[in-house]
Amino acid sequence: MTSNAAVHAVDLGKAFGRRQAVRGVDFSLGTGECLALFGPNGAGKTTLLRLVAGLLKPSAGSVRVRDVDMRRDAPARSAVGLVSHQSMLYAPLTARENVEFSARLGGVAEPASAARDALASLKVGDVADVEVRKLSRGQQQRVSIARALVHGPVVLLLDEPYSGLDESGAAALTSVLASLRERGAALLLVTHNVAEGLALATHAAVMLDGRFALEETRPASGFNAAAFSAGYRAQAGVDRG
Amino acid sequence: MLAAAWIIARKDLAVELRTRSAFLSVLVFTLLALATFFFAWDATSVASIDLAPGVLWVTFTFAGMLGLHRSFGSEAQDRAIDGLLIAPVEREAIYLGKAIANLVFVGAVLVVALPALAILYNLPLAQTVVGLAPVALLAAIGLVSVGTLFSSMAVNTRLAELLLPMLSLPFFVPIVMASSQISARLLAGRPMSEAMPWLKILIAFDLVFVVACTIAFPYTLEE
Repeated sequence: MTSNAAVHAVDLGKAFGRRQAVRGVDFSLGTGECLALFGPNGAGKTTLLRLVAGLLKPSAGSVRVRDVDMRRDAPARSAVGLVSHQSMLYAPLTARENVEFSARLGGVAEPASAARDALASLKVGDVADVEVRKLSRGQQQRVSIARALVHGPVVLLLDEPYSGLDESGAAALTSVLASLRERGAALLLVTHNVAEGLALATHAAVMLDGRFALEETRPASGFNAAAFSAGYRAQAGVDRG
Repeated sequence: MLAAAWIIARKDLAVELRTRSAFLSVLVFTLLALATFFFAWDATSVASIDLAPGVLWVTFTFAGMLGLHRSFGSEAQDRAIDGLLIAPVEREAIYLGKAIANLVFVGAVLVVALPALAILYNLPLAQTVVGLAPVALLAAIGLVSVGTLFSSMAVNTRLAELLLPMLSLPFFVPIVMASSQISARLLAGRPMSEAMPWLKILIAFDLVFVVACTIAFPYTLEE
């Protein structure tokens, strides 16, 4: 199957033993679009993100990024950036060394300057030469985001990126993500914060028990966060009987 | 692929240089093991030249295992391995990078262990170090290639400390046997032709292990 979408999932499913973490998920995400994904703990959001990133093998269906299977095509993975629950950083290395390492692996032509720019955009340039283990949780999160952005991905997968960030960090991240979206990047954003998620989103979905229970496209007037939250709560209540 | 492997190896060495925890542990273990064998040695019944090769390779095997365990330990912390898996590099490059870093690590331990062996067991220093260094390098290649593979398999298990030696040791046997036989002949001043069959076995196992482990490695990363 071919598709021009940045991310295209068809009947995607993932089971861990007898537990079905993701089931029958279909979605398409075009360039410059942002899908905000909400849902309670254990709904399958992180598993879905890891499936899209190619870190997990689907048990059913398929997912392609820019019409490529991430698990089979190593060079194509340069299109993807991932911000996960865990920082994915090496604690004994400095922030700069971590981001530079990611830039080198991503094939960036000038990794040193790209790392400097990425850290500066997240407002952690002043701690670039500090070992990650000596940074606060929020600073580590910013470095982790810089690591994911440094090679200029066109598909960005974000799992609770606002977690641990203070106001300035959250504002810097929103500004970076909005700018990336304007430049054509596709964002898949998993968050518990409905207001933050909807502010960036062109599409929003609620995941319950491994499947999309509620999907909305941003109306011209913008999302109504209160109405969406009410729908989310109602769905969660209905599904839990 | 080699460029990516080198980037990963440099990162691993930078992490080790910054912490030195694994290197110091392995180095101290090596020196303590050599010294313990020395104190348990009855020089009147066993000549040092007969004992030293066995002591060296037993110590080297367990010291190597201790160091290899840390190879993927740093990746498991904060799921740094995900950063490698999502990077646009072949899985084989990750394996080769890890193996190169481990080889440098084991090599650095041997740089200290070989002179220490010569001094403790009254062996000629230059002959021991210069003669055994190439054998040690070949043994290290075999040990590291197998150990790196099994380290990646064991890291996510609850019994990683137990699983790594259990998986690795059977594969280390041909390496240890060949290395002991070669070093015994070299230290005894026997002609090189006597060691050649064992040297060929060592090289053959190195080649098989490097190729087989590189091919098998991507499958150890499947969740």
